[in-house]
Amino acid sequence: MSKRATREAFGATLVQLTAEGVDVVAVEADLSKSTTTSTFADAYPERFFNAGIAEQNMIDVAAGLAVAGKVAFTGSFAVFATGRAYDQVRNTVCYSELDVKLAPTHSGITVGPDGGSHQMLEDIALMRVLPGMRVLVPADYFAACEAIRVAAVTPGPFYIRLGRAAIPAVYNESFRFELGKAYVVREGSDVTLAACGVMVERALAAADLLADDGISAEVIDVATVKPIDAATIAGSAAKTGAVVACEEHSIIGGLGSAVAEVLGEFAPVPFARVGVRDVFGTSGDPEELMAHFGLTAHHVAEAAREVLRRRS
Amino acid sequence: MSPNPIDTQAIELKAARMRYDIVEMIATAGSGHPGGSLSAADIVAALYFGIMRHDPAHPDAPERDRFVLSKGHAAPVLYAALSEAGYFGREHLLTLRKLGSLLQGHPDSKKTPGVEVSTGSLGQGLSIACGIALGLNPSASDERTVYCLLGDGECQEGQVWEAAMFAAHNSLDNLVAIVDRNGLQIDGACSEVMCLGEIEAKFAAFGWEVATCDGHDVEGIIDSIARVCSVPGCPGVVVASTVKGKGVSFMEDEAGWHGKAPSAEETEAALGELKAALEVKGATL
Repeated sequence: MSKRATREAFGATLVQLTAEGVDVVAVEADLSKSTTTSTFADAYPERFFNAGIAEQNMIDVAAGLAVAGKVAFTGSFAVFATGRAYDQVRNTVCYSELDVKLAPTHSGITVGPDGGSHQMLEDIALMRVLPGMRVLVPADYFAACEAIRVAAVTPGPFYIRLGRAAIPAVYNESFRFELGKAYVVREGSDVTLAACGVMVERALAAADLLADDGISAEVIDVATVKPIDAATIAGSAAKTGAVVACEEHSIIGGLGSAVAEVLGEFAPVPFARVGVRDVFGTSGDPEELMAHFGLTAHHVAEAAREVLRRRS
Repeated sequence: MSPNPIDTQAIELKAARMRYDIVEMIATAGSGHPGGSLSAADIVAALYFGIMRHDPAHPDAPERDRFVLSKGHAAPVLYAALSEAGYFGREHLLTLRKLGSLLQGHPDSKKTPGVEVSTGSLGQGLSIACGIALGLNPSASDERTVYCLLGDGECQEGQVWEAAMFAAHNSLDNLVAIVDRNGLQIDGACSEVMCLGEIEAKFAAFGWEVATCDGHDVEGIIDSIARVCSVPGCPGVVVASTVKGKGVSFMEDEAGWHGKAPSAEETEAALGELKAALEVKGATL
């Protein structure tokens, strides 16, 4: 199957939602071609507003549109939409509990050559701590379409983490996104690989590598990082007795932290984090960077072997 | 929904009552922002009791005009107006800033009837007002207007000018900003802390219709707002010159009264002055 970027789901799904009668609008900050909101702008120009290079205004204009009864999506890149406009997201969108859905693209190091300034590795952490904010990290294009749809029809603030790079499919058109559900995408008995976003496909590949060694890995797609599906994660941990969290994000504050919180409270087992180890990104080809920062299937498999050594 | 023919004397009386409530509620709370609440009392009274179409019995009526208090620390002036209008009972005023109160230290739309959106972090209200104005469909024949009150010190926030650009670019002629120009901010005079230059010229340069007025002259406020509203195709701003702490002699023009509650003695003196002002108008509390 051909690879597709999760960002490609953004504009196209907004077009579909509008055609179906959902009253969505989009506010962008001069990145409509990169985020694909231009697709929506072309189809429904009266529903698209460009704030120019002004991300704080973008978020609060969306908040105002939500106050006026619209379902307002915002674009821009993850680094700007969350970092530069954090106060706007916190004090207006979340504090007023508005129907604003942040769906910025270009999260993580798969942004590639633009380098560390544009590779957002702290966004899950920033969004996860906000009261009322739901955090969705789709694993592929199909999951991204569904995540956008769920956010559009569920009241209140959402953060949907989208990426720039074309990635392999984990699902197909029949995938349905259920808010708050972690998907067991491969069953196993020896170790749990809990992943989100681009790392789901890599965790599945790691499970293949581990199978060659006779290790049975269970792979969970934690598509909703908040509210997290504690029952599925703790249940799997209790079954396998070892967990590895995998994310294209800092190991601090993101999925790894969320899973650690669940394990610490409900199922303490040997645990390891695969992620970017408290450093900024750097320029390079996406795949090169994934290897450089330790985010390949081989790294995931090695982390699994390491927790298994600790368990025994 | 539409206000009755404008009776400026009645609005002045409302403003005088609101000033009394502002001081009483902040004194009871033991903290809060009297200076910028008192400076804005005539503006907010003119909006709620002369200009805006709204119905306290139906706070969510779609045909209402909208108000955004961008200078959210002036929450007491908004609460006084909402109470006076009948959005909630006066008994709530003395619960300001207390645990479990409807009336938070800064406006909270989830708690207070009549508050459209939560504010308090400065510089955001004009952007929110732009979004509401867009969402209300500015080209509709039953045009509803969004009013946004900013402080002059607040205009130091860069986002205000992002919003100013956006409003003009989108021809939001159903948006009116009012700048409560009291000239003071926490650390002192705005001109000394960070000089804003000519606020009127700045808005004009961004493409806004601009008017100025005395922010304590109710007729002037109403006329100025009507004037900027009458220009199609662009947003309007009224820069209203005010006195911080207006109505309480010892608070007037003193930056120190930006964000502190009066002592028991000061409260007695302040309420005495405000009561006397009411009596001059032939009214009592």
